[in-house]
Formats: sequence, C-alpha cells, structure tokens
Amino acid sequence: MSQKVARRIVPCLDVRDGQVVKGVQFRNHVVIGDIIELAAGYRDQGADELVFYDITASPEGRRVDVDWVRRVSETIDIPFCVAGGIRSVTDAREVLAQGADKISINTPALERPGLINELVSAFGSQCVVIGVDSIATDGQYTVRSNTGTPDAMRAPGRKTMDWLAEVVDRGAGEVVLNCMSADGTRAGYDIEQLSMARAILPIPLVASGGAGSVVDFIEVFQQADVDAALAATVFHSGQIPIPELKKQLAAAGIEVRPC
Amino acid sequence: MSIAVVDSGGANISSIMHALHRLEIEPVFTADAAVIRAADRVILPGVGAAGQAMQTLNKYGLVNIIRELKQPVLGICLGMQLLFESSEEDNAELLGIIPARLSRLAEQPGLRVPHMGWNVISRLKPDPFGDPVDGKWFYFVHSYAAPIGNWTLASSTHGQPFSALVRQENFYGAQFHPERSASAGAALLKNFMEISCK
Repeated sequence: MSQKVARRIVPCLDVRDGQVVKGVQFRNHVVIGDIIELAAGYRDQGADELVFYDITASPEGRRVDVDWVRRVSETIDIPFCVAGGIRSVTDAREVLAQGADKISINTPALERPGLINELVSAFGSQCVVIGVDSIATDGQYTVRSNTGTPDAMRAPGRKTMDWLAEVVDRGAGEVVLNCMSADGTRAGYDIEQLSMARAILPIPLVASGGAGSVVDFIEVFQQADVDAALAATVFHSGQIPIPELKKQLAAAGIEVRPC
Repeated sequence: MSIAVVDSGGANISSIMHALHRLEIEPVFTADAAVIRAADRVILPGVGAAGQAMQTLNKYGLVNIIRELKQPVLGICLGMQLLFESSEEDNAELLGIIPARLSRLAEQPGLRVPHMGWNVISRLKPDPFGDPVDGKWFYFVHSYAAPIGNWTLASSTHGQPFSALVRQENFYGAQFHPERSASAGAALLKNFMEISCK
C-alpha cells in the first residue's frame, strides 16, 4: 500500500507553430510530430502528466494559440500544463478555460513577480507553476529569461535559490527547475542544483534538463528527492519507453503509478 | 439522461466537460436553478478557494437549491469539499451536507503540500459507487483535506489518511480529479451515471 504520492514521469513537448519540436540547448529545432498524436501516445504509455511549452510564444510577445490546448484537453485524460507566453491573469484564464490543468510562467514572473500573486489569488496555487531556467556561473546559480530564443535570452541578475524562495512566498504551487547546462546533453540531471532547490522548496519540484538514461531518473528521485522528472529527448526518440522506465523505478524502490 | 454541471465560478471547467464528452455524454454547464433541479445527475466541479466558490454559489442563489437536491450529485475536488460543513481555508462555511471540517494538510519532512500527483485509494466502506475502483490510482491536487468518517467510502494517504471518496445519501464526492485520472477516472464517472435513482 502506498503511503506517498507517486513520483511523476513528465514528457515535455516543445510546441512551435502547432507542431512538436526538439532542439539541443534551445537551438536547432526539428519537427518531431503532431501534438495530439504525441500527447495521446504518451498517455497510453503511462505518462503521469504532460507539459506543453510554446517556445515561440514568449520571446515574440504573443500568447499561446489556445485551439490546440482545447484539442489536447478533449483527447487526453491525464493532467497537462501549458507554458510559454502567459503574461497576465487574462492570458491564464483563456488557457485554463480550454482545459489546461496548470499554467507555467517563467519570463513574465521575472519581469513582474506580482503576477504570481495575482494568478494564485485568481486560480489557486494548485495551478500556478513557475518555470525557472538556471545556469551555473562563477560557482553561483543564476536565472535566465527569454530562453526560448537564444538571441533574446537575458540574465535578469537573480540568484536561483533566492528566486525560488520568493516564488514560494508568493504562493506558487510547483516549480519546474530547468538546469540549462545539463539540458539536451543526456548527461544526467543536475543533482547538486536540484538538491539545493529541494532544501528550499516545500512545494512540488519538477527536475528538468539532462535525462539520458534510466539511471538518471533513479538518481534524481533518490538523491535530489524531486517529485517529478521531466524529459523530452529520451522519450521522443523512443530510447526510454515509459513502461520500462517505471518498471525499473519500481524495482529501485521508487513509488510510481503502474502503467 | 440530463447532466447539469454547476457553474461555481472556476476557470477550468472544460476538462470535466471534455471527460463527459469522451463518455458520449452531453452535459449542460449552468447556474440556472431550474435546470439543475430538473437534471438526472448534477456535477459540482470546482478548482480554487472554498470561500470564493461559496460566494459564487451564493451570488447565483444556488446554496439551498444544491442542499435540497434529491438526484445523485457528484462533487469533484473543491466541489467535494463544498459538501462539508466548513473549511480551515478562508474559515469558509460550506454547504453543510456532511458534518465535518476540512483542515490543511500538514507539511512534514519529505512531504509536499499541495498533495499533487497520483495516489492510490483504498476502500473503507462497500458501496456500488466506489467498489469498482478500489485500489486504483487517481490524480490529486489539493492542500486541504476531509477527515475520515462514516461518510468515507475510500481513503488515501498523504502523511495522514483523508477522505478520497465520500457519500452522504445522494451526495457523492471525489477529492481527486476523475476527469484527469486516465481509465480509472473514466470508470468512476461512468459508475456515477449508472447509480440507480431512488
């Protein structure tokens, strides 16, 4: 009998112009398939949740196209989160109204942290996820904004751990910490950074960036005590089938929802 | 069969509508007391804060209407919580159908609040509504929880045991989101549609 909520496996689908794409360290995107087909496939494989990240929306200053959000909600019966281009309570309401379970904000929260409080009071903390892109420089973790387009990327001058403490104070319900140095490398999650974040966060923490093998997943759950592990490449390529991953996690003593 | 989904002011109501569509059910999303009273089944959804949801029901004049319903009513997540007497959240007075108070889940080392993710439920009381989904996994997202009592059909555990599935006469409730709980969730919604009307 489970005494704890299961650790979640979360495929991330980067969406650009209505298609799912994948790039390495945010560059060189290639189209890998149709949103609805991929979403339904991951649901059938036993994914616990999906994140759709509209990588065009934020830097170009436009919102997510909500039509595909509705089609995803109609098709799948597992929770999903929409990230990218949500800049206001009005934007968030539109995405949630189409059936998204959570919205994730990143750059707009850095630009105007009060937006987090506004979203929490409008919709409750359970659907307000804060995405954080973080990189190690000079022995310090600092955040980056506008990461969807390399040319637009900025360093807003915030230390990652300070920012995490602030988003908790402002009522965020969950954090996705994307460790940029690891992203797309398949060299493993950034255990050190995620462990530091874990110590700060009383709310769920989703690890992102670096998954390359089943062992990486086992380690990030066991060593960084994250609630969920997000990955794209290893799932999209078929390298790690989710049923096999969950079987091995369970064998390692990690609580997972059976597929 | 007519299904009314009560407009309790939440922003993300369409996921429950989409789940019913997948079961080939065409629900009506409404705050109209006459439509709600006449429906064969009533679903009370809700995401957000308890106090705010009660304000919305009050604004639409639905508090007594809901309390007096005789057909099967299903509260989902916050909608289930509204069936109770009161909540620590906003110190809200709720519908008062189930005589208990909701309290905040206690944060403990290694235990996060909100309780967000998939958890298993276990049966405490036999009932045709809950029996078929005993031991299944469901998707939860909540920070407040209902205590165990004679209304509890099934419990789940997040640091402490709490009511995951409840029933008080014709009022049913699920703390989790059946509309986002894959096949187990669909089975529960289907069950609710098949409860005999008495």
